[in-house]
Amino acid sequence: MSDTAPQPKTAVSNPPVQPLEVGFDARDVVRISATSDVPQPERQLDKLAKLIDISKCIGCKACQSACIEWNDTHPDIETNIGSYQNPHDLNPQMFTLMRFSEWVNPETDNLEWLIRKDGCMHCEDPGCLKACPAPGAIVQYSNGIVDFIHENCIGCGYCVTGCPFDIPRISQVDHKSYKCTLCSDRVAVGQGPACAKACPTQAIVFGTKADMIAHADERIADLKSRGYDNAGLYDPQGVGGTHVMYVLQHADKPSIYSDLPDNPRISPIVEGWKGVTKTAGLAVMGIAAVGAALHGLFSRGNRVTEEDTEEAEALVESDLHDRRGDV
Amino acid sequence: MTNSWTDIKNTDLVIVMGGNAAEAHPCGFKWVTEAKAHRGARLIVVDPRYNRTAAVSDYYAPIRPGSDIVFLMGLIRWLIENDKVNREYVTNYTNATFLVKDEFGWSDGLFTGYDEEKRDFDRSSWDYKIGEDGFAQVDMTLSDPRCVWNLLKSHVDVYTPEFVEDICGTPKDKFLHICEMIGECSAPDKVMTSMYALGWTQHSKGAQNIRGMAMVQLILGNMGMPGGGMNALRGHSNIQGLTDIGLMSNLIPGYLNIPTEKEPDYATYMSTRNFKPLRPNQTSYWQNYPKFMVSFMKAMWGDAATAENDWAYHYLPKLDVPTYDAMRMFELMKQGHVNIYFFQGFNALLSFPNRAKMTEAFSKLKLMVVMDPLATETSHFWENHGIYNEVDPASIQTEVLELPTTCFAEDEGALVNSGRWLQWHWAGATPPGEAKYDTWIMAQIFLRVRKLYEEEGGVFPDPILNLTWDYANPDDPTPAELAREMNGRALQPVYDTTDPTKVLVEAGKQVLNFSQLRDDGSTMCACWIYSGSWNEDGNNMARRDNSDPSGIGIYANWTFAWPLNRRILYNRASADMQGRPWDPARALMTWNGERWESPDVPDISPTAKPGDVMPFIMNAEGTSRLFARGMMRDGPFPTHMEPFESPVANIFNPKMRGNPASRVFVDDAEQFATSEEFPLVATSYRLTEHFHYWTKHNPVNSTLQPQFFVEISEELAAEKGIANGSRVRVWSKRGEVWAKAVVTKRIRPLTVRGKTVHVVGIPLHWGFMGAARKGFGPNSLTPVVGDANVETPEFKAFLVNVEPAEEEPVA
Repeated sequence: MSDTAPQPKTAVSNPPVQPLEVGFDARDVVRISATSDVPQPERQLDKLAKLIDISKCIGCKACQSACIEWNDTHPDIETNIGSYQNPHDLNPQMFTLMRFSEWVNPETDNLEWLIRKDGCMHCEDPGCLKACPAPGAIVQYSNGIVDFIHENCIGCGYCVTGCPFDIPRISQVDHKSYKCTLCSDRVAVGQGPACAKACPTQAIVFGTKADMIAHADERIADLKSRGYDNAGLYDPQGVGGTHVMYVLQHADKPSIYSDLPDNPRISPIVEGWKGVTKTAGLAVMGIAAVGAALHGLFSRGNRVTEEDTEEAEALVESDLHDRRGDV
Repeated sequence: MTNSWTDIKNTDLVIVMGGNAAEAHPCGFKWVTEAKAHRGARLIVVDPRYNRTAAVSDYYAPIRPGSDIVFLMGLIRWLIENDKVNREYVTNYTNATFLVKDEFGWSDGLFTGYDEEKRDFDRSSWDYKIGEDGFAQVDMTLSDPRCVWNLLKSHVDVYTPEFVEDICGTPKDKFLHICEMIGECSAPDKVMTSMYALGWTQHSKGAQNIRGMAMVQLILGNMGMPGGGMNALRGHSNIQGLTDIGLMSNLIPGYLNIPTEKEPDYATYMSTRNFKPLRPNQTSYWQNYPKFMVSFMKAMWGDAATAENDWAYHYLPKLDVPTYDAMRMFELMKQGHVNIYFFQGFNALLSFPNRAKMTEAFSKLKLMVVMDPLATETSHFWENHGIYNEVDPASIQTEVLELPTTCFAEDEGALVNSGRWLQWHWAGATPPGEAKYDTWIMAQIFLRVRKLYEEEGGVFPDPILNLTWDYANPDDPTPAELAREMNGRALQPVYDTTDPTKVLVEAGKQVLNFSQLRDDGSTMCACWIYSGSWNEDGNNMARRDNSDPSGIGIYANWTFAWPLNRRILYNRASADMQGRPWDPARALMTWNGERWESPDVPDISPTAKPGDVMPFIMNAEGTSRLFARGMMRDGPFPTHMEPFESPVANIFNPKMRGNPASRVFVDDAEQFATSEEFPLVATSYRLTEHFHYWTKHNPVNSTLQPQFFVEISEELAAEKGIANGSRVRVWSKRGEVWAKAVVTKRIRPLTVRGKTVHVVGIPLHWGFMGAARKGFGPNSLTPVVGDANVETPEFKAFLVNVEPAEEEPVA
């Protein structure tokens, strides 16, 4: 037996779960959509991360099943469209999805079946949050989790535009945006994400980002010993790093994994839009005092100006058209 | 499994062939990822499809469905030729040295003694030469041309790498690469594990596939080793329990046999079961057969089973045929010989071959009783569901009774996992509606039948009237009561065999384990191999201590493993002739000069001297068997047999169809197709998203894999004009199905005997009941024929054709 990296702190199905020491709550928010001058929390939580090791993933979809069960969603029973991928895409009822791609390695001529669990990457620099014009609809905690606060969501779809990974989906039923929460409700009480808990091969593990990087290093060394010379960690710096990371056998070619972006960045349109958002957001907040109780902020109703809405719709429509042309 | 799930972490090399562990056993597969991650183990997959296991493998090679024996015999040939053999192990722990009768031989694909009329062999020549001392003759130098080793060498000589490529379609370079990876495991400190499942069993020669790999493991010296062994991944959480308890027509719990008509009395029955050792000093543990048999009879009939009446042997049914397996029963049903049939947790309409025959058979029943937690296709076989169940309900007169039962999460008891662990579990939910425990239902039926016999008499009421039924509440035997019965207890004081004055077990107490069972009627035990699971220490199956002081995954205090809480079978073979572990870093058994030391329960007498007593104590030889004697109906060595429906003729004997010793019913034989009519090879399998035909009732599973599909190669799709995701019709000589086409690079055409062979993959999870979209199972297409030894249907290799179909009309 070789020396092993520290075991993930939570959500390891066997041995049993060891809870994280610290939970978190609204006091740990560091960024709020359409809100400037967020008071900085008194404490800084450990940065957390989910690590998805594609070389250990068997594509069993236990993660999808656990996600449906934990979040109590009810995705449609669809059809088979010539793939193992079901539902066909992420949707407001399905926050994570195994994407299957059959790739013939040009160097060896061997087939590789690359199975990637897709879902929110929880960017350190979250494009969705930057793009969001609705105050308090998207927040980021000091541990890195990016969460949608649905009562504040106006369903404008800017977050879709802002996301370099094409993750959020707008519900046609309640006109809110949905994505993986990194099981913020579980993590808040010292448990790991449901998907990691359910993963039978520990392809999904969860813990502090530092531990996850150490764990990934061990996995990458193992993959290199098996001839995957370009094995590596996917923690893209274009978005400031992510709190969901992948171990890739071919880290030099992320796009072979069902179009994982080679070098994700927040769209320049969103970066430009950001200034306006801030202003509009502040206007919406009106007399809301800086430092108002965050609980109040979360539970407040949605109000935006007509101007905001029009601009948002135009932006989203053009962008959605570009992105979804091939769906 | 000879080993356990947890033991797989100890391996250096995993070969998954005849199974798809990641797909069908994702939770157990974690031990493969563990071995890979922390031991640097490598994973080989050999399968017709590049499957989910292949997706995380180090090396993959394709193979034609139904040609595994050729691959395995080719591998044995390569190992011998390249001296990748654990010599000491082979010479001492296998029957390589045993001399075989001169009359034994093989030609034209057949072993000696074949009778074409009977479809059976006279197996008398498939045996050892017995010396004047009554023991089998051996040649420890392996030079006698009649020794098993030399017979094996000549038997495998034809299976060259070129031959393997020609018959299996496996590229020669890939085959040789795998041989080299496996060959490394002949070193004492390298171990391979074999993980297989229904990809090997569901063939007309399934048992021989498995034997082939078992022989490889013996030649490498990997049986009994931590990280080694032959590991059958059972397809159902308690299917190991089903076989152990003997829920087959020819078995008594604990792998004892139901008598046949040729054994009218107990003396005759026992005369072929004396299990005299074939070599000096050997254990031949089955010599204890009478103790297990008498204790079973006492468990059944208590005081009515006496020495005077041969333990009520006359109560036992006597088989007039080898088995009344499901395929025979459905054949009899089709012929109108069956009036009532109980389907207990058995959705036969989708799980047995040739669905049209099932429907015809069920329609001849007067009464069908279905005990199941779900509304199954079987209980609705009479209902018209359009193309998905095209029947005329008005023409079916069968009365169907559905008795809703609890499911596994609603009751208590032990499930026996692949590693033979009896894991007790507790009810997690209250049964819904009118659902009742299976045991409650069975008790109600029994009590009513008994009452009828009491009141009305009958031809032979004794076995019913005298059946032991001493449960606290006769209406509802508890799992604990049944489990204690399986463990067994003393009916009278049990004395020490070496000191007749010493009482080992007081009357009424649970026996410690099966070593305390007796053949004098003083003990009862319903299933001897489970003895020890609930003794006076309590319910050992409920233990949940996951400490593992040895660090090699024994977990001795976690539940109970049969036999005797032993986790690795044949573990004596993990040490050499001097009793030293082959690999000190993985020490399992060590001889300390006086006795065996082990974190596991030694699979040999603890004081049996190494060199004297050989490790395979259940066998009369004391050794394992490279040559199976007459114990298998279809040959002492595996030999290449084509599937009954094959794209090519058997290269050894073009007249030979399938397994020459398989039972075939006349009507079924007429429905075997030729490759001229049906050119494509089909194989069936499970998907991770579903469990059999159960989870299609669950919306979450149905979301993850909603609709029936078949998988075909890009080449076949192009040839037939089939687009990915379009609808196709697949048909065989027995039926047709409609499915979505998944066109994939994961299946490639193979070249077999110069011919291009396409493979069609058919997963098995859809029907016309439940939440998922309506579909079909592969059994609409498959032929009715089973393994020659155990009648497992040939679901893994058959012939079909495929064509594009109109899209389904929108309802």
